[in-house]
Amino acid sequence: MTAPLPPSFSGRLRELTSHRATWPLLALAVILVVDGFVAPGFFTIRIVEGRLFGSLIDILYRAVPTALVALGMAVVIGTKGIDLSVGSIIAVVGATIAWRIQEGDPHFVILLTALGVGLLCGLWNGFLVAVLDIQPIIATLILMVSGRGIGLMINLIYGGTNPSFTSPLLQGLSVGSIGLVPTRLIVFAAVFVALWLLIRRTALGLFVEAVGGNAAAADLAGVRSRLIKYSAYLISGLCAGWAGVILTADTHTSDPVSVALYIELDAILAVVIGGGSLAGGRIYLGMTVLGALVIQTLTTSILMSGLPPEYNLLVKAVVVLFVLLLQSNNARNAVLALVRRRKR
Amino acid sequence: MADTSTPRIELLGVSKSFPGVRALENVELRLNAGEVHALLGENGAGKSTLIKIMTGAVPRDAGEIRLDGRPVQIGTTADARALGISTVYQEVNLIPTMTVTKNLTLERQPRRFGLISWRRARALARQRLKRLNLEIDTEKPLGSYSVAIQQLVAIARALEDDTRVLVLDEPTASLDATETELLFQIVRDLKASGIAIVFITHFLDQVYQIADRISVLRNGRLVGTGPTAELPRLKLISLMLGRELGTVEAHLASHASLASGEPVLAAKGLGRRRTMAPFDLSLRAGEVVGLAGLLGSGRTETAKLLFGAIRPDSGELVLDGKPVPHNSPRQSLRSGVAFCPEDRKAEGLLGELSVRENIMLALQTKRGWLRRLGRDEQKRLAQEMIKALAIATPDAEKPVGQLSGGNQQKVVLARSLASQPKVLILDEPTRGIDVGAHADVVRLIRRLCSEGLALLVASSELDELVAVSDRVAVLRDRRKVGEMAGADITRENIIRTIAGR
Repeated sequence: MTAPLPPSFSGRLRELTSHRATWPLLALAVILVVDGFVAPGFFTIRIVEGRLFGSLIDILYRAVPTALVALGMAVVIGTKGIDLSVGSIIAVVGATIAWRIQEGDPHFVILLTALGVGLLCGLWNGFLVAVLDIQPIIATLILMVSGRGIGLMINLIYGGTNPSFTSPLLQGLSVGSIGLVPTRLIVFAAVFVALWLLIRRTALGLFVEAVGGNAAAADLAGVRSRLIKYSAYLISGLCAGWAGVILTADTHTSDPVSVALYIELDAILAVVIGGGSLAGGRIYLGMTVLGALVIQTLTTSILMSGLPPEYNLLVKAVVVLFVLLLQSNNARNAVLALVRRRKR
Repeated sequence: MADTSTPRIELLGVSKSFPGVRALENVELRLNAGEVHALLGENGAGKSTLIKIMTGAVPRDAGEIRLDGRPVQIGTTADARALGISTVYQEVNLIPTMTVTKNLTLERQPRRFGLISWRRARALARQRLKRLNLEIDTEKPLGSYSVAIQQLVAIARALEDDTRVLVLDEPTASLDATETELLFQIVRDLKASGIAIVFITHFLDQVYQIADRISVLRNGRLVGTGPTAELPRLKLISLMLGRELGTVEAHLASHASLASGEPVLAAKGLGRRRTMAPFDLSLRAGEVVGLAGLLGSGRTETAKLLFGAIRPDSGELVLDGKPVPHNSPRQSLRSGVAFCPEDRKAEGLLGELSVRENIMLALQTKRGWLRRLGRDEQKRLAQEMIKALAIATPDAEKPVGQLSGGNQQKVVLARSLASQPKVLILDEPTRGIDVGAHADVVRLIRRLCSEGLALLVASSELDELVAVSDRVAVLRDRRKVGEMAGADITRENIIRTIAGR
C-alpha cells in the first residue's frame, strides 16, 4: 500500500466540511444569529419565579417531545425501517392517561400504564415488521391510521368529550421544574443517556447497524436480525410513550385528533438532518437531537418573527431543504464547480 | 513498439490519487484492434481504477487517452460510450427483477408515438442476443437465469454496433468451465470483428487460453507488458507479486499428514428437500476437506446446512460428539463453527460499516449483545487481522465498501477468523482474489489447520482443492456422489466423479 499523503490545510478543511456535525451546527448557528437580529433580547436568559426563562430555554423546552420521538426513530431508521405511527402512539397514550385519571387510578400507576401502552404499540409494530415481514412503511401505517381512532374510542368510554384533568405527578414531569431547570429537560437528558448507553455501551447499536446495512450478512454473522428489528420498534414505542406523557400533561386533556400531528415527519427530518440515511445502517443519537433542535429553533423563530403562522410550514420546508442541500456532497460540489467556472 | 499500425486505444502517463492513496502512477496501456489484452495485478494494484478512467467513471489527475491516434476527452461514462468504449463490470449491474428485454433496452427504448414500443424492444433485445448466439426467452425476469446467462446479457447490453473497445472485468468469476468456453467463443468472435478487448481475470489458465498480450500492474504502476507467448506463467506471477515464487509453490507440496481422531463436526443424513439430498460428512481437527462440484451442484447448500443457515428437514448434525438440535448461524458461531459466504456483496459485507466493525461482528455476536468488546480490544483485533491477512486499507476506520474486491473478501474472512472458531467453512474463499492474496489465504488455511482447526473449503477451482485438501467430497446435482482422500485426490479423479464415470 502506498503511504498516506501528509495532511494539508485543504485536507483539514475537507475533513471539517465532511464532518457530519459541521453543517447542522452551522445551520443552527445561522438561524440563531438571524434571530438575534430580528428579536432583541433573544439570547437573554432570566430567572422568573424561580425558573429559567428566555427564548433559548423555550426552544429546548419545546423541542423535547420531537427530540424524544426522533431518538426512537433514529434507532428504527438504523435498521432500515421507519415508524410512521409515533404520532398515533402519542394519541393513544394521551387518551389512556385521561381515561385512567377519570377512573381514579394512582398517578404513578398511570405513568407506568402510559409507558406500557407505548411499549405495547411498539410490540405491535415489531410483530408486523419482524415476524410477519411486512414492509415497515406499510406496517406502521396501519397503527398510524388506526391509532387516533383508537384514542377517540378510549375517550368514548367515559363520554366522548375532551375533559381536562389535573395530575401533580404527570404535570410535574412535563411542565414542572427542579430548581431552575424544567423537569422535562432533565428527564430527556436521562432518557438520552440511558439510550446512548444501551446503543453504544452494549453491542445493540452495532447489531442494529449491521441489520440495517445488510440483513442477510448480519444473519450469517450470527445477529438475530428479527429480534434486533423488534427491539428497535419497542424503543421507538417507548420514546413515543414518553413524548405522549409530556404532551398530554402539558395540555392536560386528551385530544387524539390533533395532538402531535405530523410529529413523525419532524422526527424523520431530525434524523435526516442529523446525517442518518433512510437506507439504514447508521445511528447518530447526538446528531439526531441536534436535528430536532434545528427544527424547533426554526419553528420558534418563525413564530417570533411576526410572520403570519400560515407561512410557518413553507418557510420550514425551505430551510430544511437548504440544510439538506448543504449536507449533500453532490450539491456542494456542483455549487463549487459553478463558482470556479465563474472565477475563470 | 515494433508495431507499426496505430493502436486502437492508448493511455499515456495516467495518474490518479484518492485521499490517502496513490492508485495509479504514470501508467501506460496500449491496445490494438482485434486483440484480447489481459490486464493483471493483485487486489488494489489499480486495475479497477484504470478501467474506470478509461470508461469515464472516474476522472484522471494526469495523462492522456488516444483513440485510433487522436487524443480524446473522456469526462463521463456517456462520453466513453459515445466513443465506442463499453464496459461489463465485475458485479453484474443489471436489474434482476426486470425482464431480459427491459434490461437490454433500458437506456434506449424504441418509441412509437412517444410511447415505448415493446414489440420493437423485444425484437431489438433478441437481435442483441443473437450477436452472442444466445437464444433465451426475453420476457422472463433476468433473475430467473443463471449468473452465466446474466453475464452474457450484460455483455449484450454493453455491445453497440460501433463498439471499438470492450472491457470485461472478471467476466468468468462465477462461470463454470462450459460456460467459460461459451463466453470465450463469443470473445473470439468479437475479436475477429476488430474490437479491442480488455480482459481482467484472476484465472491465469484463462489468460493463456484467450489473451494475445498481457499488461501487469503492481501498486499502481505498470510493471510489465508483452505478448502472452513471451510471458511464461512463473515470470508472470513473479511480476504480479514482485517477489520470487518459492513461497507460493511451497504449499502445493505440503500436504499435511492425515488427521485422525473423532470428528469435530459431523453430518449424518443431513439434508433438505429440493435443496440438498441427505449426506454424511465429517470434519476432523487439523484437516482440510474440499467440496467439489459444478455450479449449482449444491456446494453452497451443503456449507449452509452445516452452518445452520439453511434449516435441514432430515438427519442430524453432531458437534464434538453431541447432537445439535436446532441449529442457527448464531448457535454455530457460539459453539465454534464459522462460515465465510461466497457472495460477499449480498451475504458478507456491511458496506457502510468500517473495516473494524466488519471484522469484530461475528466475535461480538458470539459474546452476545451485553458483553460488548472494548474499543481498544476492537482496534487491536482489527489491526491484527489487517496485518495477518495483508488487507490493503489506510486504516481500520475506512468503510469496507470503499476497499477493492479482494480486500473485501479478506475482511469477510477476517470476520470468521476473529470469532476464534474450531471449524471454519469457506465457500469459494478465493473467488475474485488474485494470486498474491490467494497465496496469503492458502498459507493462512494451512497454518490454521496445523493449529488444529477443521476446515471445509467449497470451491469451483479444482486445482485449488487438489492443492489444499486432505479429503474431497464431490457433489453432483445436489447430491454427494463420492469422497476421496490422500493420493487419490487428483484433478482427473474429481472430474471423473463429477461426470459419474
